[in-house]
Amino acid sequence: MTEERLIIPRKTINKFFLTIAVGVILLILGIILMAAGGGADHGEGHGEAAAAGHEAASWTKRLFMNLWLNNVYFTGISLIGVFFVAVQYVAYAGWSVLIKRVSEAMGYYLPIGFGVMLLVFLFGGHDIFHWTHDYLYDINDERYDPIIAGKSGYLNFWFFLIRMIIFFALWILFFNWLRRNSINEDLQGGTSFYHKSIRISAMFLVVFGVSSSMAAWDWVLSIDTHWFSTMFGWYVFASWFVSGLSVITLTVIILKQNGYLKLVNANHLHDLGKFVFAFSIFWTYIWFSQFMLIWYANIPEESIYFLDRLDDHYTWIFFTNLLINFVFPFLVLMTRDAKRQMIMLKIVTIAILIGHWLDFYLMMMPGTMRGDAGIGFIEIGTTLIFLGVFLLVFTKGLTKASLVPVNHPFLEESVHHHV
Amino acid sequence: MAPHLSLTLIHLIAMNKKFVLGIYDDEDVLLEAIENVRAAGTKIYDVFSPYPVHGIDDVLGIKRSRLPIIAFFCGLFGTSFALWMQIWMLGFDWPMIIGGKPHIAIPAFIPVTFELTVLCAAFGMVITFFIVSKLKPSLKVNVFDKRATDDKFVMAIEVNEGVTDMNALNDLLRSNGAIEVNEKEVIK
Repeated sequence: MTEERLIIPRKTINKFFLTIAVGVILLILGIILMAAGGGADHGEGHGEAAAAGHEAASWTKRLFMNLWLNNVYFTGISLIGVFFVAVQYVAYAGWSVLIKRVSEAMGYYLPIGFGVMLLVFLFGGHDIFHWTHDYLYDINDERYDPIIAGKSGYLNFWFFLIRMIIFFALWILFFNWLRRNSINEDLQGGTSFYHKSIRISAMFLVVFGVSSSMAAWDWVLSIDTHWFSTMFGWYVFASWFVSGLSVITLTVIILKQNGYLKLVNANHLHDLGKFVFAFSIFWTYIWFSQFMLIWYANIPEESIYFLDRLDDHYTWIFFTNLLINFVFPFLVLMTRDAKRQMIMLKIVTIAILIGHWLDFYLMMMPGTMRGDAGIGFIEIGTTLIFLGVFLLVFTKGLTKASLVPVNHPFLEESVHHHV
Repeated sequence: MAPHLSLTLIHLIAMNKKFVLGIYDDEDVLLEAIENVRAAGTKIYDVFSPYPVHGIDDVLGIKRSRLPIIAFFCGLFGTSFALWMQIWMLGFDWPMIIGGKPHIAIPAFIPVTFELTVLCAAFGMVITFFIVSKLKPSLKVNVFDKRATDDKFVMAIEVNEGVTDMNALNDLLRSNGAIEVNEKEVIK
């Protein structure tokens, strides 16, 4: 089996930089419009909020929320890349060997995700997390909140920061460990790296199970500080996982259409399609399980979460979320033929990536931006910046090793994969 | 039962058919043989194998099953039936207030709808499969060669009395790697 080295043309790299540049311009435009008061992309939310006597959210808050949203989204996708490789190792899977390097390279975004998350939390923590305000814990202050004060053992600045550092440290450690083994296997061959990778993967899966769930509470759930859901770890994981699978599938297709990954055929795409299809349904299952129990019990402190998301401002996103992330992939990817066709997979995975961005939007914005949220220049701009950076780092990672793991013991099995 | 006795029994009945059986002991040789035999214009009745062989459907020219279409419509029936049943029962026939919810409370109907969709799709598919493949308790199966359940692959070709050139067929099978070529008459 021969090596396959990816070479990213200068033109493609320029496109990534262009994406970032357009993002920056849109972002600056959005900030100027918003700082100048209202603005075209602001919508009616501003007026309503002002009429209701609330203080309108500042542009810095909106900027920090967007940074946080995109960083959590892309960090999750990146983490799923490592998770997917680990699952394949532990399952002794043979079919995925040819596409393994794609998901492996996704992990290269993790250090950047760490840096951005740390900075945004340190500078914009008060804008994102209500619980970071000291007065909530001061019993003499009139804004004292006994419920949040009761959570201070877990939700406090230092413990939150330590958790964030530990999660990222572990993830980056395991990513580098797996990656190093994988590359050494290319150079030296033999099965020892494979067996070692299985052990590393098994350890990582345990770490991942705990840390991804806790990260979901910390980074997403704690935004709605009073509210809690025991399904939330799963919910965020499901959203990350299906987005990550979509990125893997989409990248494999784009590489294939550009003449790389020659040994990947419709059978591998079929399996990836099945993954995307199945985990879209899995996400829906978790979504519904969370929704129905809260809707049925109708306890005020729980149902407030969905009432916030079903008010005029977010209703369309609430239902669009279900349409894009469940109905669309469910109906389009149902047949065998659709899962084996690149064009179908491309349409669905791009839709899912947009859909799950909206899903994270819906998890974060109602609790912070309230009626002032919108999808305008700031949102699109920030997303484009993150997308450009992610693509730069991800494709750089892809070029660092052969796209075909030449000495993987199951390579032959993957080449002859047939479903 | 001694072989000659069963042969005598078969000869007593007019409705019998004669098959030529090519016995193979290698999966890859078999797949190539199937392609060559079909390319030579010989119609293969069926191939028997101890385990599923990847790619055998394609070389035999077997079209993909249409069972998934049945599954989809059975599932669709399950969805519609479940929704209609719950909406009619709780919304029109015997409206009750449960948990302060509206009579037609769609979210509460989803679990039952989901279960009935799965149930109807699964049962519909299994029952259709039984009917299409004529699987029933009284089914009699002609075992062409018992070794097809152990370590050999058996390619069965139906003989048209007087039309099929037996020697040519024998040569064709052997030249494509058959380790044995047998003849067998079975009750159709």
